[in-house]
Amino acid sequence: MTETLVTLAYLVAASLFIVGLKRLGSPRTARAGNRLAAIGMLIGVVAAVLSERILNPVELAAGLLVGGAIGVMLARRTALTEMPELVAAFNGFGGAASSLVAGAEVFKLASEGEGTLAALPALVIGLSILIGNVTLTGSFLAVGKLRGSVSSNGFPGLRIVSVLVGLGTVGSLALMTMGGTAEAAVPGLAALAVLALVLGVLLVLPIGGADMPVVVALLNAYSGLAAAATGFVLSNYALVVSGALVGASGLILTRIMCEAMNRSLANVLLGGFGAEASTSTASGDGEAQPVRATTADDAAVMMAYAGRVVIVPGYGLAVAQAQHEVRELADLLQKEGVEVSYAIHPVAGRMPGHMNVLLAEANVPYDQLIEMDEINPEMGQIDVALVVGANDVVNPGARDDPGSPIYGMPVINVDEAGQVVVLKRSMRTGYAGIENPLFHKPNTQMLFGDAKETIKAVVGELKALQAA
Amino acid sequence: MSLAFVVVFVIASFLGAEVIAKVPATLHTPLMSGSNAISGITILGAIVVAGAVEAPWAKWLGVAAVVLATINVVGGFLVTDRMLEMFKPRERPASAEPTSSGKAS
Repeated sequence: MTETLVTLAYLVAASLFIVGLKRLGSPRTARAGNRLAAIGMLIGVVAAVLSERILNPVELAAGLLVGGAIGVMLARRTALTEMPELVAAFNGFGGAASSLVAGAEVFKLASEGEGTLAALPALVIGLSILIGNVTLTGSFLAVGKLRGSVSSNGFPGLRIVSVLVGLGTVGSLALMTMGGTAEAAVPGLAALAVLALVLGVLLVLPIGGADMPVVVALLNAYSGLAAAATGFVLSNYALVVSGALVGASGLILTRIMCEAMNRSLANVLLGGFGAEASTSTASGDGEAQPVRATTADDAAVMMAYAGRVVIVPGYGLAVAQAQHEVRELADLLQKEGVEVSYAIHPVAGRMPGHMNVLLAEANVPYDQLIEMDEINPEMGQIDVALVVGANDVVNPGARDDPGSPIYGMPVINVDEAGQVVVLKRSMRTGYAGIENPLFHKPNTQMLFGDAKETIKAVVGELKALQAA
Repeated sequence: MSLAFVVVFVIASFLGAEVIAKVPATLHTPLMSGSNAISGITILGAIVVAGAVEAPWAKWLGVAAVVLATINVVGGFLVTDRMLEMFKPRERPASAEPTSSGKAS
């Protein structure tokens, strides 16, 4: 296949990615958009296979088959509640692949005759390895944090170590560029690769679990930038265009997540949150404030006779996997003539749009999900707000209390509803460790217990009511 | 490597930002996993290195890259499709188009 044809095929692929991404922007066209992008990828892969004289067909085919099989298995078998982990892991694989390709380029040059490697290409190869490896270990640490298997938020002196490792990567980058030949670049490359892996860990370690939506979105951007950097190394337009698209979209999502928390990216990345929160809880009112507990049957009656009920889901819904029960509850209420909708906070859960995916799995129509900005002006007309496993995103302190560590973060104003029922396992504070004045408001009632079991109990009471 | 690549990179970045800016929050997760699959584009480079290079180190790094990138691409597109399959509008066959974003009845 001639080079022109290959480049044209890559152009077609890149165009399909752009159209596909555009279609991913609307629920009706999203599925077709994703397929268009997949077709674009297939065209690119076929062109790449045909573009060169394939010397190692067995190795290549084996690699494609093994990777494809693992990909299919992961995509099919992973539970929908584990989507944040899976997306983060895929990010890591993509970053690692970009880094490996850039590294392979150096060894290829080294094996070819004189093997000169000028400073600029060496720098670009180094950047590709740096970003790719940071994405790899950063993503897998994020997976650990999302799973809850890594709870550490760092160690004393973490920032100093990070700065030192960062300086080390700059040093090894410089070392790579100064040799002049590919052979001479190998020691610098090895050092850079290792230091970048360590750096990925150090960068994600201080960031709390509640901030993972930002981290996952940012790592998504990194995986795109790594691909783009590899595109510069290989002089491949398809990689440069696609990498730039993904990099830009990841950064936009990152910005949206940060805005939803009213925090700067720097604040999230430096992990200043936990520290602030601990001092503020210490300076709290001190005295235990009263809390009103309720029962499943009281809650069932209250909602059955309400005009409008809003369900506000949070990470607790995902942990308890209560999405199907919530849907059943909503169906029963609608049968009673109650108007039910869901209020979704942009950073509820552990990845952008987490709640939407969970509720979609339970067959909740997406037009029943209302974004925060739309529901807040209507809160006064809501009779009952049912908070399921959400905490910080419904904390009125973020609106009213300038001393609150999350002051200024936009929240869903459930406290303005007639009655608030909060489903919660215990009186423990949320992920950010912040006291929530909502629980002590006169119109708030707490329904303690596991979200899934509690909702099942409420559903049972509702059924009994309807049978009567 | 020429300046043309830098030009293409910058323009594509603006294009990406423009295309993504208006995505509703409902679709943030599929968007992320779909764009993540696209970042597996690095598979093109991996194929060339794994398939057409004889130097052993380079070849095996390339094969490893092919495996990882293929996981990213195949898994990414499939899981995005699996998620999007679930995103449905209201089932009720209303007289109007079911797509009109009316309020809960």
